[in-house]
Amino acid sequence: MHSVLIKDLSVSFGSVNVLKDLNIEVADGEFLVLLGPSGCGKSTLLNCIAGLLDISEGQIFIKGKNVTWEEPKDRGIGMVFQSYALYPQMTVEKNLSFGLRVAGLPKAEVQKRIANAAEILQLEPLLQRKPAALSGGQRQRVAIGRALVRDVDVFLFDEPLSNLDAKLRSELRVEIKRLHHKLANTMIYVTHDQIEALTLADRIAVMKGGLIQQLDEPLTIYNKPRNLFVASFIGSPAMNFLKGKITGTSSAPSFTAADLTVSLADYKAQGPLTSGRDVIFGFRPEHITIDNKPGAAGLSCEATVDLDEPMGADSLVWLTVAGKPVSVRTDSGRRYMPGEKVFLHFNPAMASLFDAATENRI
Amino acid sequence: MTAITPLSTGPHGKRPARIFTPARIMIYSVLLVAALYYILPLYVMIITSLKGMPEIRLGNIFSPPVEITFQPWSTAWSSACTGLYCEGLKVGFWNSVQILIPSVIISILIASVNGYALANWRFKGSEIFFSILLFGAFIPYQVMLYPLVIITRELGIFGTLPGIIMIHTIFGMPILTLLFRNYFASLPTELFKAARVDGAGFWQIFFQIMLPLSLPIFVVAIIMQVTGIWNDFLFGVIFAGSKNVPMTVQLNNIVNSTQGVKEYNVNMAATILTGAVPLLVYFFSGKYFVRGIAAGAVKG
Repeated sequence: MHSVLIKDLSVSFGSVNVLKDLNIEVADGEFLVLLGPSGCGKSTLLNCIAGLLDISEGQIFIKGKNVTWEEPKDRGIGMVFQSYALYPQMTVEKNLSFGLRVAGLPKAEVQKRIANAAEILQLEPLLQRKPAALSGGQRQRVAIGRALVRDVDVFLFDEPLSNLDAKLRSELRVEIKRLHHKLANTMIYVTHDQIEALTLADRIAVMKGGLIQQLDEPLTIYNKPRNLFVASFIGSPAMNFLKGKITGTSSAPSFTAADLTVSLADYKAQGPLTSGRDVIFGFRPEHITIDNKPGAAGLSCEATVDLDEPMGADSLVWLTVAGKPVSVRTDSGRRYMPGEKVFLHFNPAMASLFDAATENRI
Repeated sequence: MTAITPLSTGPHGKRPARIFTPARIMIYSVLLVAALYYILPLYVMIITSLKGMPEIRLGNIFSPPVEITFQPWSTAWSSACTGLYCEGLKVGFWNSVQILIPSVIISILIASVNGYALANWRFKGSEIFFSILLFGAFIPYQVMLYPLVIITRELGIFGTLPGIIMIHTIFGMPILTLLFRNYFASLPTELFKAARVDGAGFWQIFFQIMLPLSLPIFVVAIIMQVTGIWNDFLFGVIFAGSKNVPMTVQLNNIVNSTQGVKEYNVNMAATILTGAVPLLVYFFSGKYFVRGIAAGAVKG
């Protein structure tokens, strides 16, 4: 059964359409990440689900109940904000219990739920402190706790880790993932950080301009991006793109750009690869290898090293191929000197091919 | 060959502070002159109020009193004549207090709720409503005086305490609402959203989340209203009625009385007494007072 169902949702502010005819079905217990650059409408979508923003068209269902016109508190959601949004004048305990006290729950029940949430999030020693006396990570745990005590079906996270430093972010990321395994609630998580998206999500919805570009499992999004935008947005260092044409016969097609020709025999195309079609050939830095000698015909080419960026575990080597810069992720054991001649081995099975005009995957 | 500075010589460590540069001396002397210029009238008022009439007639207005007397102060407070009555300023003082306290409380209560609603609960037409309210701040008071006289007369509160309180509340509304709206709009909206997700309603969010965070703006609003209403003359003379005239109006009657001898010392003492309330507010709330002035300057 679905947990959150969004049907034909549109939101417009005046004449500006922020979301257009959006449809998403989130399964029970699923961790869905809404990913996209700023201004893509991901936070707007989350606010609509929370009921903090009025929608223009469509319907929202949570647990089979039509909540399109419901107040936020009646939707069975808990929300965690980027700025934590803790009530500064209240202690941690009062922060956690505020919603429950407003709802008029009996004291014993309130105490029980706070104790439970404090245990899960290790907040017991902090209960009597005020938010100002907490570190960023602790504040965010309290914010999660505030959603937790409400005992809701759906958790909404609005960029919860963006205000934290890199180390804390990766720690809390793991904590959120553990929490999801433990509670098995539905979680909808907004972020612009692709690492968070890839590590946390069961499914990722990549958004741009109010539209969902691709909604898939993280690895599918990473390896088989549906269009050029998704391909370039996901992955760091970014995917390499070369503009060129399809050449050869339909049984043995190749990609050609300037003096480079790569056989596409191993590429699983969704349609026929007709000769002469303008395409963009995309391949990730780790799906290409550097060697001293040429490889199999049609899968290899010569290249000149521009720059070597050692990053510890591996190195990013920048080369010039067919007159265009290309990056390759390689073992950091060997250093490359600028101007050095090397050979690249392509792996077309892991590459992506996009139509130059529509920018969609072929 | 260029000469190389030996490593041991040349500037090192903290740069020495130079206090008496020509620029500094210039700045301080200008500031000093400006300060003297502004303090001088106050000085004259204080020393004159402490002199007896014979000493004042000698005409040395800058010289300190030879014989200090507090008689003018007690006369001003309790027996100076305003028209027919000779009961001093204390009548006006208590009138002003009676006008001030309810006016400040009522206007700030209403304006804070207004500002909160306009900042956080956008309703259809709220922007237009706000624009109209702001427009009210730009209309000269004089235009509205006569209509308001008629309105208060029809309501039967012309020349009464509730009448003058209502007038002060109405005229404080535009600027106070603007003040509160801007303050509440500057608080993080996520706080408001979080409270809504937690299920709190309009008043619960106002009292439990917003109010505890808005002490600074309340202090600013109180300062603005206290000084504004205390210093008001025009509304007091028109709407308060002869029994409730505020201190400013009474001061005017004392100082501008045309009969008998001009008692400069009493006039000076009375003026200082009248100005004492805003002055004390200033002394006890320095930094907030400056903020209040700055906020008032937004009015344009």
